[in-house]
Amino acid sequence: MSEPTAAVPHHDYEKVIKDSSKEVASFEVKRTPIQKLQHFLHTSPSAVSLIVLVVSVTVFGALLGSKFFSAFSLSLILQQVAITGIVGAAQSLVIMTAGIDLSVGAIMVLSSVIMGQFTFRYGFPPEIAILCGFIVGAFCGFINGILVSRMKLPPFIVTLGMWQIVLASNFLYSANETIPSQQLQAEAPILQFFGNNIRLGGAVFTYGVVAMVLLVAALWYVMNHTAWGRHLYAVGDDPDAAELAGVNVARMLTSVYALSGLICALAGWALIGRIGSVSPTAGQFANIESITAVVIGGISLFGGRGSVLGMLFGALIVGVFALGLRLLGTDVQWTYLLIGVLIIVAVAVDQWIRKAAR
Amino acid sequence: MAQEPILTARGLVKRYGRVTALNNADFDLMPGEILAVIGDNGAGKSSLIKALSGAIRPDEGEIRMNGKPVSFSSPMDARQNGIETVYQTLALSPALSIADNMFLGREIRAGGFMGKVLRKLDHKAMERIAREKLSELGLMTIQNINQAVETLSGGQRQGVAVARAAAFGSKVIILDEPTAALGVKESRKVLELIQSVRARGIPIVLISHNMPHVFEVADRIHIHRLGRRLAVIKPKDYSMSDAVALMTGAKTLDQAA
Repeated sequence: MSEPTAAVPHHDYEKVIKDSSKEVASFEVKRTPIQKLQHFLHTSPSAVSLIVLVVSVTVFGALLGSKFFSAFSLSLILQQVAITGIVGAAQSLVIMTAGIDLSVGAIMVLSSVIMGQFTFRYGFPPEIAILCGFIVGAFCGFINGILVSRMKLPPFIVTLGMWQIVLASNFLYSANETIPSQQLQAEAPILQFFGNNIRLGGAVFTYGVVAMVLLVAALWYVMNHTAWGRHLYAVGDDPDAAELAGVNVARMLTSVYALSGLICALAGWALIGRIGSVSPTAGQFANIESITAVVIGGISLFGGRGSVLGMLFGALIVGVFALGLRLLGTDVQWTYLLIGVLIIVAVAVDQWIRKAAR
Repeated sequence: MAQEPILTARGLVKRYGRVTALNNADFDLMPGEILAVIGDNGAGKSSLIKALSGAIRPDEGEIRMNGKPVSFSSPMDARQNGIETVYQTLALSPALSIADNMFLGREIRAGGFMGKVLRKLDHKAMERIAREKLSELGLMTIQNINQAVETLSGGQRQGVAVARAAAFGSKVIILDEPTAALGVKESRKVLELIQSVRARGIPIVLISHNMPHVFEVADRIHIHRLGRRLAVIKPKDYSMSDAVALMTGAKTLDQAA
């Protein structure tokens, strides 16, 4: 066999290749409108939830008129979803890695209790107490991250355990004691910081709403325009491939869970602003609500796909349904029923969209 | 061949419990050559390659790069020493774009405040370089550099993975079964790609079961058998059936010559 030279076929069966078509394989792409829609949704993951949001606002607006379609009502929806939105941002990060964080709500409540108790039980300056709350939140998340990334335990189990541990610690530590709103107002108003609001016409935006919007915008930037964000998608998509391509998967996962804990602490601070007091029994359903927002927002539970904007739309859809149905005077159970239907539809749509890739 | 080998291994041993995967294996790669590694299943060629690419740590033995001893504790380590591996699985993230995949783990950050403080990536620069690298290797049948990798064909994906390996000033490229999953025409493309990488002076280690491909492109063939190097032959001195006989133990080197 002679010295190989480039591009000359060496085997008989390959001689015919030179006569073959040189063009890039192109197929008669005849897409039905349905397939076009499927393809579009595949390339823009938060579009579904945006469409559903716009449609639901329009429908409730048509049914209820100005009772619903006013600056006040619409901004009220934002206020009601602020906590879910912030916790949902944390949940989005975790679910993006094909994990799940069931401990988000518990970490949020523990952080808020620590912010309150450190101020009033130990006499810390409230700013320091708030900082301690953030440290504890991030630390709980960090432990989750270590257990998931280094010990290779399933995220569901780790965070299920952490949920119970943190919630129990919260009750043991706080002795189930609520710090009333008046006391906060008098002695540590900064704890209620996120309850302050800006009024624009009839609309009322609490600082909690502003925090949610800024947080989602910041995470959108991080996920799309930084290496960390690209690695987040890669790790969720295929962790083995990401590792071989040079991403430190264990460190990525640890940082995601720790950041999730930190964001939950922010939610804890915002929670004090929302309810006025520091209560160890608040926010019981934050974990389920955040997962609902993420799923309706079109972020795939299998990881690697979706956008944090979708999560925000998902949270808003829930808020629109809740307020709209209440204004219609229906039983609140109808809200839960419809949210349940939406969750299942959202996951079904996600599966359908994924088929477009194959 | 008066040249010094660029990558050598001496006396590599790797045991998994009672199974010995590498038994005093040696390895030499010369600058600018294509060295094929062939061997039966279980002969230990993937353990050898994993040791060279940093995926496993040998129990004994020594690896030298340009004469200097090196020790890799991870694939990243090997990469920093200029050894790029294209795995059979390709290690691409399907949902990310071609440009994102090529720069995964070594992204370029934008300059100024946005890059330094806000850690903004320079998407434009990465796209431009990715496009350049792909056209250098004759792969510009890919129109859109922002296309998700999952929309590419098998051959195009292989091309992206090879381009990624060749793009970053690497000194050695290891290709694990690059044509195993490809059709005739796509295999041809990849073989041309291998030759154009070699033409740029980068030596290649090619692991393959496909004898016609091995005999076509390889300068030398490393035959691995029972955990060690049995022989290194030149394709022009031996026939394909000799090579197969050697690697399966049907013939010894004296009989085949």
